[in-house]
Amino acid sequence: MNDPKETIKKMMIILSKGTLENVYAAFVLANGARMEGIEAEMFFTFFGLEAIHKKRLQSLHVATVGNPSMHMPTMLGGLPGMEALASHMMKKEMEKIDMPDIPEFLDILTASGVKLWACKLAMDMFHYTKEDLFDGVDAVITVGGFYKKSAGEGVHMLFI
Amino acid sequence: METIIAGKHITVNEEGYLTDVHQWDEKVGEAIAADANITLTPRHWEVIKYLQKENADQVALTIRRIGKSNVVDIKEFYQLFPLAPLKTATKIAGIPKPAGCI
Repeated sequence: MNDPKETIKKMMIILSKGTLENVYAAFVLANGARMEGIEAEMFFTFFGLEAIHKKRLQSLHVATVGNPSMHMPTMLGGLPGMEALASHMMKKEMEKIDMPDIPEFLDILTASGVKLWACKLAMDMFHYTKEDLFDGVDAVITVGGFYKKSAGEGVHMLFI
Repeated sequence: METIIAGKHITVNEEGYLTDVHQWDEKVGEAIAADANITLTPRHWEVIKYLQKENADQVALTIRRIGKSNVVDIKEFYQLFPLAPLKTATKIAGIPKPAGCI
């Protein structure tokens, strides 16, 4: 066995963005942690809340405007339907590599024991209630509450 | 490298995975499981046999696939093989460690 001081015990992943690529990054990291025997908790704040909002999580998009990695002129990216098209193409590629869609991924995360927390401040700002959120969300908590859960040796925090 | 598992000479890689699936038998599986502090129950064996079958069929194993296997759901899979379930279960089953990220 490895020296316990040299292992990662828990990943605390903060998701602040609601674009498909960022949500996937956060989900893959959380799931990957669990697969390696590392605990994982996620804190959804600001637009990250879209990923756990029952209605909105069905229709997350990739950003085609202001995203140089798309290799698409900004003017073109802004055309009607462009974002939907790019998102559709991305989802198709994801399916090819056996990547679950967002609702299925959330089920996998909760079944794997990942804790899901929603940021109280952002919930208030968007006028969301707990009932608006995916059923697997553990609770709506404050930043202070999240820090408390992050205490201890071998705990790492990631902001996306 | 060569090692001795359950009294047999077995070739494993640097992470302890068998490099030749034919060297595996149930005694070897039990010994690897014991090393991971797991006592194999009939439910464990059902999952192990499923993983071996998938490997024989050259299917890439992911947690998503396990969840859809109708053999075990993800929650139970984590209960049966706590801490890195897919890594641990494949090692016990004597098959290669899945290479994917999901």
